[in-house]
Amino acid sequence: MRYLTDRKRAVGRGASGTGTEHHWAMQVSSVGLALLLPVWLYVFGSALGSTQAEVVATFSRPFPAILTALLLVVGMKHFASGAQMMIEDYAQGTARKVAVILVTCLAWVVAATGLFALARMAL
Amino acid sequence: MAHVNQAKRPLSPHLQIYRPQLTSITSILTRITGNALIVATVLAVWWLLAAATSPEYFATANAVATSWFGDLVFTGSLWAVWYHYLAGLRHLYFDAGKGLDIPTAEKLGWGIIIGSVVLTVITIFLVQ
Repeated sequence: MRYLTDRKRAVGRGASGTGTEHHWAMQVSSVGLALLLPVWLYVFGSALGSTQAEVVATFSRPFPAILTALLLVVGMKHFASGAQMMIEDYAQGTARKVAVILVTCLAWVVAATGLFALARMAL
Repeated sequence: MAHVNQAKRPLSPHLQIYRPQLTSITSILTRITGNALIVATVLAVWWLLAAATSPEYFATANAVATSWFGDLVFTGSLWAVWYHYLAGLRHLYFDAGKGLDIPTAEKLGWGIIIGSVVLTVITIFLVQ
């Protein structure tokens, strides 16, 4: 038995069905990335072009490893939600659903692969 | 009735006479740069995975990452990420209800374009 009326369940949720949740998540992750990215660009840019031993040494240190892990997880969450917005603007029906599922999977695969690589280098 | 005049009315935006504005170009570039960054991310994560796996695998991935193709992807993406960064800050500013009048929005648009190039050049010098 439902205690909420149909109207009560719809108010504040808009066309998305989830209200402002998606937009707010984008704002939160964007601020997080704004703090992480400049430092990470320096760390990654400095490591790019060096030998394997130097790369492993860099990403075994706590700061570069944690920074990269955070950037990947927050960045891929931000990407999945952002790409979903783009898909919802240009695709309808089944194509939309399939594309949203695919970019979500891609985002988590990239994040998981990066975390595995970091764990293997650090441990 | 709405349907009476339908055949004569121009489509909006009418693509043959549509003049792109700085605000619309900087807006669509935000979406393009943001989504295109997945390419460099995949390349970077593959490179990290290779570094964590074996010397042979690293040699392969590193050859791609430091080739002309890798340079093109990473340099282009460096500009793209700075562009997306500044455009995202502008979005937060817009979302706070500020800077939405046309002169300010156009100034912010030029700020993003020039700022992204300047930050890209500074980053390249810093990491060399």
